[in-house]
Amino acid sequence: MTVPIVELRNAVKEYASGALRVTALRGIDLRIDPGEYAVVMGASGSGKSTLLNLLGCLDHLSAGDYLLGGENISRFSDDQLSDIRSRRIGFIFQSYNLIPQLNVLENIEVPLFYQGVSEKAAAERAVVLAERMGLADRLRHKPMELSGGQQQRVAIARSLVCDPILMLADEPTGNLDSRTGHEILELIDELHAEGKTIVMVTHDDAIAHRAQRVVRFLDGEIVSNDWNGAEKP
Amino acid sequence: MNTMPPKRMVKLAFKNLGQYKLRAGLTMLGIVFGVCSVVAMLSVGEGANREIQEKIQRMGSQNILIKSVKVPKDESTSGGRQSMLASYGLTYEDARQFSQFVPNLVASTPMKILRYDVQYKARKLQTDVVATVPWFLRVQHYRMVRGRFLAGSDMEFGSPVCVIGSRLARILFAGCDPIGRTLNIDRDAYTVVGIVGDIAQGELPVEGELWLGGENQNVYIPLRTYLNKRGDLFAQWSQGGGVFEKIELHEVILSIDKQENVERAVDAVRRILRKNHKQEDYSIVVPLELIRQARETRRLFNVVLGSIAAISLIVGGIGIMNIMLATVSERTREIGIRRALGATRRDIVLQFLMETLILSLSGGTVGLAIGAVIPLMITATTNVKTVLTFPSFAVAFGVSVTVSVIFGIYPARRAALMDPIEALRHE
Ligand SMILES: Nc1ncnc2c1ncn2[C@@H]1O[C@H](COP(=O)(O)OP(=O)(O)O)[C@@H](O)[C@H]1O
Ligand SMILES: [Mg+2]
Repeated sequence: MTVPIVELRNAVKEYASGALRVTALRGIDLRIDPGEYAVVMGASGSGKSTLLNLLGCLDHLSAGDYLLGGENISRFSDDQLSDIRSRRIGFIFQSYNLIPQLNVLENIEVPLFYQGVSEKAAAERAVVLAERMGLADRLRHKPMELSGGQQQRVAIARSLVCDPILMLADEPTGNLDSRTGHEILELIDELHAEGKTIVMVTHDDAIAHRAQRVVRFLDGEIVSNDWNGAEKP
Repeated sequence: MNTMPPKRMVKLAFKNLGQYKLRAGLTMLGIVFGVCSVVAMLSVGEGANREIQEKIQRMGSQNILIKSVKVPKDESTSGGRQSMLASYGLTYEDARQFSQFVPNLVASTPMKILRYDVQYKARKLQTDVVATVPWFLRVQHYRMVRGRFLAGSDMEFGSPVCVIGSRLARILFAGCDPIGRTLNIDRDAYTVVGIVGDIAQGELPVEGELWLGGENQNVYIPLRTYLNKRGDLFAQWSQGGGVFEKIELHEVILSIDKQENVERAVDAVRRILRKNHKQEDYSIVVPLELIRQARETRRLFNVVLGSIAAISLIVGGIGIMNIMLATVSERTREIGIRRALGATRRDIVLQFLMETLILSLSGGTVGLAIGAVIPLMITATTNVKTVLTFPSFAVAFGVSVTVSVIFGIYPARRAALMDPIEALRHE
């Protein structure tokens, strides 16, 4: 049996803001195997981003367990989670989240810096990825000088730079026009074809068709878990 | 756990600061002013301190200076009319008793100091004439410029020779060599045998000051010679008529063998003078005590300067904190991104601290440079003595960097403790 990339067991996430308690995830179980491409759908406020942040080790579970690549990281320290984020997770955000004062190459290199990869090796790797994303003539440009689609390409290159085992994308096309969005989705398809494990949040049904699998959320619970193609054993 | 190598952290910090050139510059300015004012202040303070120390040191820490002081006339006894003869001050008997009874005495240097017209050919000048003994030179640590000082034989024979101050030599002899020439002190002729060097500025900064500060324009003659020629009576002509003054000795310098014996010697001097004098027509100056007072004053001075310095540096530090807090809150999003991409809290703290450190180090360096120039300008334009010392540089620089880093820690920690998700959402 293959070791799943993601395994959530009875995962609960509660937010306590003052006297108010919001339960964003109500004890969900989720398993994602290597090479899977899963799309998370659901109404606004249903807990999709909460799930992605947890998978991305940006937040702690309130209860339950999270196994990443077979390792239970539910009770990892902040430093350990930082290390996992830099080595094993690739994040793609709706609003790109590039660092404005850094140019394209420098933005792509950021995760490598926190791993202590040498400057030269980091630059080489960043150039390869930037070229692959079609940014060869934009290497020294600042994010402000790029179109939305180009910025998202930089973000994808950055998410790939440390060769993560899990790629997370929170509405990556949300800020893009449909044509540019389409190009980005093609890129993500390509990555999937190469064997990347991808979890993507969207609320566009058309996009959902691209994925093997659609996880539907409602009010912090998974209401359906369909495999588009063949039924999952 | 991996962390960014220092070299790259420095690079990153410069890049980040580059975004806020004006702001970074203004922050640095606070530190620049702090550091340079501290350096300048300390150098002026140290200059003043050295000057005082030098002056006192020249009087000799092993010396006791005893001077004749004119006591104001009691109005009731003189009845408004001045008596014709004023007799006061130190006597030969005092000097004899000092030599006999003051313990650990090495040398006793008596002096008569009188104002006379001194003339060479057509040039004439009123100045102080010091009638004294050969070892005066050694006791006062003056430097001979040319020729010799008064000798034992001059005393023995009462030779009409004199030694003149360098300034007087310049004024009276303007160009020609004074050695061997004869000048007149009042009506008496004296042959110049030597030229003695400058007196430190403001020499003898004490009550009853007899010598003008600045360059030496005194005339030194053998005490014996003067007594043979003039005796102890000195006529002073003023508008109301003549007054005769009888002062046997104007000043006596007692040199004691060791500093620790000075106090005991002073006690003995006091006892002798109290016994011999009905009124206090003398004053005792103990340079050693002045040195102690000067040290005390200096300590106070340092405390005051230190407080001003501390305040200015703290103000600089607050400036840094202010800027860094603003920067951190503006860059909340960046902090979130970096955390999401794997930066640890430590990475974030170090990133912001590095920026603070660069600001304070470069501000401190510029401050030191300006701080080193200001004292030079002060000295060049105002004649106020300034001294640059390494400790003042070290203190100003060290304190400013320390203060900045301390004030930089809070904003940096605040940045690092931010919740990455919250930070990411920040607009
Ligand atoms: N930091 C937070 N504090 C309090 N409540 C939160 C926080 N983040 C999310 N929530 C709440 O959790 C629920 C799920 O939010 P989220 O995961 O962002 O939804 P989605 O991404 O599906 O729109 C919402 O009710 C939201 O208000
Ligand atoms: Mg969301």
